[in-house]
Amino acid sequence: MPAKTLQVEVAVPDGLVLDGPAVSVQLPLATGYLGVLPGHAPLLAELGTGVLTLTSEGNSEQHLAIDGGAAEILPDRVRVLADKAESAQDVDRERARQALERANSRLQLQSLEIDVERAQRALRRARARLAVAGHS
Amino acid sequence: MPSLIDLRRRIRTVQNTEQITKAMKMVSAAKLRRAQQAVVNARPYATLLESMIGSVLAHGGEDTSIGSNPLLEQRECRSLRLLVLAGEKGLCGSFNSNVLKAGVQFADDRAGQVVEYELLGRKAVEFFSKRGQRTAGSWEQVFAHVEYGTAEVVATNAMRSFRNGEVDEVWILYNRFENVLRQDTTLEKLLPIVPPQASDRVLGGYEYEQPPEQLLGTLLPKRVVTRVHLAMLDSAAAEHAARMTAMDSATRNAGEVLEKLRLHLNRVRQASITTEIIEIVSGATALE
Repeated sequence: MPAKTLQVEVAVPDGLVLDGPAVSVQLPLATGYLGVLPGHAPLLAELGTGVLTLTSEGNSEQHLAIDGGAAEILPDRVRVLADKAESAQDVDRERARQALERANSRLQLQSLEIDVERAQRALRRARARLAVAGHS
Repeated sequence: MPSLIDLRRRIRTVQNTEQITKAMKMVSAAKLRRAQQAVVNARPYATLLESMIGSVLAHGGEDTSIGSNPLLEQRECRSLRLLVLAGEKGLCGSFNSNVLKAGVQFADDRAGQVVEYELLGRKAVEFFSKRGQRTAGSWEQVFAHVEYGTAEVVATNAMRSFRNGEVDEVWILYNRFENVLRQDTTLEKLLPIVPPQASDRVLGGYEYEQPPEQLLGTLLPKRVVTRVHLAMLDSAAAEHAARMTAMDSATRNAGEVLEKLRLHLNRVRQASITTEIIEIVSGATALE
């Protein structure tokens, strides 16, 4: 019988950010978002930058801004190894907004000197942070 | 025989010292608690990482290219790098000297091979720069608050040198926190990575979003960083524990010295009173 809930663990180098049951998780993989329900086939994947959404019973949602790492998905468990994970109260909105503007303006410069990939990464990071902050 | 004033002065200095050592012990105890908590906090990530690498190794096994990660490459060892983790301050028993001695021993044991040091902690930097050793880098003020970022830079440098072929092996030397009374000087090989045990839990194997070797390419460097990070956290906890123990015994010592001094002081005081009385009494009898 497949499990009804997923045990979700999110660890960053400084500690465990999240450890608890969930009915579904949405993960920001490097290749795009992936929704995971209990009974998912075992999967190993790299994480990208984005928002991890954890839905627990009763439809309450938790959001984390994730930046890089890896995830292991098992039928009854999801383990996330993130380089960074911030919840809504960790996010410094003002800084994130400034970072977003900075990245945007840099991308609009269209000069050869800017590191486009770096700017885009910064943009994604700032967007994820703001999205998480917006949910609270 | 020392005079009463001298004795009182000695007692006062010992008392002052006792107060300082007592305060230092208390500060170290508080810092130790925090450092231990940091070690505990960092553990889940390390365990998870280890098991994830184990899973990749277990299920990508048939794929021979998985062993081709440059960080796993064994080479004939001609030059090495040793990361030495010592403290920022003294007054912590043999904490620093143990690890520094072991660092010198490491090079002595490997005559004919080039050993360069990367030093973390002011005591290590001072010691090895006086000896005129080849150093790849030195870090001070990194243990008061251990940052993952520092471990990342140190480990990334080491991995770059390893990949370039500048060094053939990287080792790390630090004090491992066993318990409050014991710190063990620990030497571990960082590079080439000794792959962790492959686990065998999942039937049917994993699906991969990325090819296993690419996933391993992201996970293995993280493992090196994590090990440096854990070693730094451990060393920080061990330093506080060592200082706490050293200061505790210093406080106890001061107590013993004080007791002896007080006893002596009272004897001298009584002796002088007795002489005075005898003088008065004999003076009075002489007048009769």
